[in-house]
Amino acid sequence: MLMCREATELMSLKQDTTLSLRDQLALRIHLSMCQACRTCARQFNLLHQAGKRHPASLLNSRQTFDD
Amino acid sequence: MPLSATLAAAHFAQLRPRLVAFARLQLRDANAAEDAVQETLLTAFEKSATFEGRSEFETWVFGILKYKILDQLRQQRRQGTWQPLDQDLDDDTLDRLFQQDGHWQSAARPSHWGEPEQVLENQRFWQVFDACLIALPESIARVFTLRELMGLSTTEICKEIGITETNCWVILHRARLRLRECLDHGWLN
Repeated sequence: MLMCREATELMSLKQDTTLSLRDQLALRIHLSMCQACRTCARQFNLLHQAGKRHPASLLNSRQTFDD
Repeated sequence: MPLSATLAAAHFAQLRPRLVAFARLQLRDANAAEDAVQETLLTAFEKSATFEGRSEFETWVFGILKYKILDQLRQQRRQGTWQPLDQDLDDDTLDRLFQQDGHWQSAARPSHWGEPEQVLENQRFWQVFDACLIALPESIARVFTLRELMGLSTTEICKEIGITETNCWVILHRARLRLRECLDHGWLN
């Protein structure tokens, strides 16, 4: 039985590589039962998006120069 | 119309602080960051006439900066000024966040951050994000920024800094847990 600690490991791994079918299934079952881990999974996704947007956020921080 | 030299110079002056801030996040060394930005601007200046729009130009300059940052990183490793440190990884993150049976500690349960699009539009989120990133132990922060801010795969990161991919995944797991913990505390409260 997958516990929260290991579930977060799989959620993190999922950001970097493809999970095995067995891990995908175990994670899906855990998430269906665990609100805290669902929230954590959303946060990991957001961190990933934030990483991608980060240079852009620096770009957006000072719009004093217009074309 | 291509960027004139004057306009390009104005663009550079405006871009520079943001490039330096970005480089410092990755390199954690003011001089190395200055060097990377300096080389980026020199390269960019030679090619600036070929660009028409500003946003296209800025994206391109950040792209050059990423390569220069990787050069600096290799140099830091060659000179022995930076090595991924084992003691940075030997931390108590997991024990702090989880009970012995693997459940979340009640104080560490993640809080809802709201809609992703709104969160990413929020200036305060970015301030806390940067502060949390800087507060991470150096080795953890570097692996995270290489992966998430520079977009390298874990395979590429292994090659760049000489760690195993498994080690890389362990580090990223801790980085994400700590960042989300820090954002939970710093941003929502």
